[in-house]
Amino acid sequence: MKGRIHSIETCGTVDGPGLRYVLFLQGCLLRCQFCHNPDTWDKHGGYEKDVDTIVEDIQDYLPYIQNHGGVTVSGGEPLLQIDFLIELFKKCKQIGLHTTIDSSGGCFNQSTVFLKKLEELLDYTDLVLLDIKHTDKTKHKHLTGMKNDHILTFAKFLAEKNIPVWVRRVLIPGLTNDDEELNELKSFIDQLGNVEKVEILPYHQMGVYKWHQLNLDYPLYDVSPPSQEEVKRAEHILGI
Amino acid sequence: MITTALTPWRLFRKGKWQSEVDVRDFIIHNYTLYNGDDYFLQSPTSKTVELWKQVMKLTKEEIERGGIWDMDTSTPSSITSHGPGYLNQSLEKIVGLQTDVPFKRSMQPYGGIRMAKMACESYGYSLDKNTERIFTEYRKTHNQGVFDVYTEDMKKARKAGIITGLPDAYGRGRIIGDYRRVALYGVDFLLESKQEDYIQLEHDGVMTEEILRSREEHAEQIRALQELKEMASSYGFDISKPAQNAQEAIQWLYFAYLAAIKEQNGAAMSLGRVSTFLDIYIERDLSEGTLTEQDAQELIDHFIMKLRLVKFARTPEYNELFSGDPTWVTESIGGISLNGEPLVTKSSFRFLHTLTNLGPAPEPNLTVLWSTKLPENFKKYCAKVSIESSSIQYENDDLMREQYGDDYGIACCVSAMKIGKQMQFFGARVNLAKALLYAINGGIDEKLNMQMTPPLRPITSDILAFDEVMERYDLVLEWLAKLYMNTLNAIHYMHDKYSYERIEMALHDAEVMRTMAGGIAGLSVVADSLSAIKHAKVHVLRNEEGLAVDYRIEGEFPKYGNNDPLVDDLAVDIVKRFMNKFKKHPTYRNAIPTLSILTITSNVVYGKKTGNTPDGRRAGEPFAPGANPLHGRDTSGALASLNSVAKLPYEYALDGISNTFSFIPKALGKTLSNRIDNLVYILDGYAAKEGHHLNINVFEKETLLHAMEHPELYPQLTIRVSGYAVNFVKLTKEQQLDVIHRTFHEKL
Repeated sequence: MKGRIHSIETCGTVDGPGLRYVLFLQGCLLRCQFCHNPDTWDKHGGYEKDVDTIVEDIQDYLPYIQNHGGVTVSGGEPLLQIDFLIELFKKCKQIGLHTTIDSSGGCFNQSTVFLKKLEELLDYTDLVLLDIKHTDKTKHKHLTGMKNDHILTFAKFLAEKNIPVWVRRVLIPGLTNDDEELNELKSFIDQLGNVEKVEILPYHQMGVYKWHQLNLDYPLYDVSPPSQEEVKRAEHILGI
Repeated sequence: MITTALTPWRLFRKGKWQSEVDVRDFIIHNYTLYNGDDYFLQSPTSKTVELWKQVMKLTKEEIERGGIWDMDTSTPSSITSHGPGYLNQSLEKIVGLQTDVPFKRSMQPYGGIRMAKMACESYGYSLDKNTERIFTEYRKTHNQGVFDVYTEDMKKARKAGIITGLPDAYGRGRIIGDYRRVALYGVDFLLESKQEDYIQLEHDGVMTEEILRSREEHAEQIRALQELKEMASSYGFDISKPAQNAQEAIQWLYFAYLAAIKEQNGAAMSLGRVSTFLDIYIERDLSEGTLTEQDAQELIDHFIMKLRLVKFARTPEYNELFSGDPTWVTESIGGISLNGEPLVTKSSFRFLHTLTNLGPAPEPNLTVLWSTKLPENFKKYCAKVSIESSSIQYENDDLMREQYGDDYGIACCVSAMKIGKQMQFFGARVNLAKALLYAINGGIDEKLNMQMTPPLRPITSDILAFDEVMERYDLVLEWLAKLYMNTLNAIHYMHDKYSYERIEMALHDAEVMRTMAGGIAGLSVVADSLSAIKHAKVHVLRNEEGLAVDYRIEGEFPKYGNNDPLVDDLAVDIVKRFMNKFKKHPTYRNAIPTLSILTITSNVVYGKKTGNTPDGRRAGEPFAPGANPLHGRDTSGALASLNSVAKLPYEYALDGISNTFSFIPKALGKTLSNRIDNLVYILDGYAAKEGHHLNINVFEKETLLHAMEHPELYPQLTIRVSGYAVNFVKLTKEQQLDVIHRTFHEKL
């Protein structure tokens, strides 16, 4: 079984607990205006790599990751390659590694085929990092190109299955830091019951050069990263 | 034996250390393991703060005066050459300076009078004419001895820079006296024991050259011990008897170390492994109620302050190789005993805490002997201090303990040796990247256009063929290894003869194990070049004389530093290959050949002296430091980079494998506590992968750029380079840029 890979970071320190071997997969359905990895959008980009080869490579890093860290699959949207994920995580669990999916849930759907696969995948998943970009449908669509109904359903689905979740919010001044909306997000999170941690990811422009490389117009030129006060305020609202 | 001085050993657990010199036995029987956290640590006392202010003021003045505050230009430095000197006698708990005035550098002519003279002149001083005459006309120096015997080939190799940094004009250093012996036993006990050894050396009356040399050396050692007592007495201390309390123990030990640096300006004058030893005295004083935690920290702070004042007069050429005024007062902290118990004490913390109390500093070169079995609290504390100060280096105790037991120390950067039982003949390093160019050019130096090796057939094809290059390279390495060993033999024969380290050797056993420590530079350039030749197409561009001067690479090739066996195996092969050749040759005093992969800061100079290489590196560009991948080529994340270096076999490079690592703070984690945890996981993982050495830097690149513009704002900004740390602002502009261009692990 092969996966389509964008890149591999062997020393991830921010995508889950401890040190993480992070696989960035290729392909995403969302088109977030603030995306710092637009080069992962194209489903046909990147390169293919076999699960066994990847697991063999991961084993080279066991002393760093086996006790406190683990493997994180990010993207792009990893759930687009769910068959690959199932096989990869199965093997990771065989060697006792903690597994994490970093997803925005953008491709979640209620078809029986998808749900069956998802349930199988979650059997081998220790943690989901779930991006909730916005709670408002229209604003979500403006920000990412898609509505958010299925994403919120995905969050509830994970809650039903009692899968540990870290909710993340990219904080963009003027777009995703509205007090009222943050309060809404907070009450949504509080309903779920499986959220272990909420993280604010302050918006940054470190990925802008990639938009240029892809000849894309970056829509958020005029937006500056949030100030420390803005981050603190949001953290306060979200109870961090 | 000691009968009257039993009081100094009160409350100590008995052992064989009482009847013969055995400091390790004393430590194992008496130290108190500390598993707790850092909350007990105390901030500096007002005396400490005031003294440190004085040091910082002098440091500022030193920079304003062009790098030297003052120097002695007439009195050859010896153990007793200078009267007592103080910073502020009424405040200092630990006393003793190299000369009679703080920051005044001593004159050390025995390594070479030319070097001493140049050191004076390059700072606007002039060497006293009479002194110069004595050491030119009447008293030969090490440097002169070496040049009396150097062959033409050796001189050519030096000139071309295929062998560089040789200790043929200055003190070789890298010898650690067991300074603890003076505190534990007092000088008289040591004198008696040396006198017994001296008598033993009569050896049935057969006076071979070897016995004669050894007897002369012992006589010198005995004289040095007597002078050590005399020097201490000029400060008002009688160190003939053992130290009675913690303050005396530190003072006695420091006097012994001071005697060594008054007589030797060795490149690295390392301290050994003293913190857990001293902790035994501190614990006893604490239990007797004669010392408080605040007093204990004050003693350590004042001791460390003295070690930060160690200075030698150097030349600008020397500074190019070892920049930033390093002295390598390396102190090894932590580690695990052969019984499996951590050798961590409260004083392991107190020593590291000086980086907080006095601020970051390059010296002493604080080295944590890391083991996965160290107490978790200690691991976290080390990580925290690293993140705050970038002043600590880590070396793998789990690897070294197997080779050196549990009472070894690090000399210089990465050279482990059993304390008081082993020394090394420091051998600097050879330039393996240049050697590869010789293989391509039939042994002609690409910069000097001079035949270096016996004539070899040059490679004439347009595209380099891997097997052909390896065949030629092997011949060049064979030639180089032999020339190198012979050169080192010449140097160390003369150093023993004209600049013998009598006080350091007086603090060794009679029978000493010696290693001949060779070194290699340019490993990553060679590995990547060979990888390019093997996995891509490398076209040769030749000048009119047919000399290969540049290369054009067609296609991609795996690069060292990405955990890719296709190239990492080539690096491993080169290390083994060179070591196997080096160890074939006879050595002076039957020293055991070892190898280091360490450049210090000479990676810049080596790069300058080396032409374009087949990996695409341009002529003049710096090599990577030590065993590091070349800047910017390790693109698969920090752990992949670490794994590549960890593959280099320590058994073939027992003199150490240096790896220097820089993180921006955010790349280690979101919060300080995440960063501390993650750094601990990295260090544990690297140790488990059998990596040997790791320098850890944590800072923003912008800080360095700002410090280049405004050095006055960063007097204490410390960074780890290859095996040591420097004040960033003391580096040359070139070296500052090299540091900034190195890979910063910054992916989130």
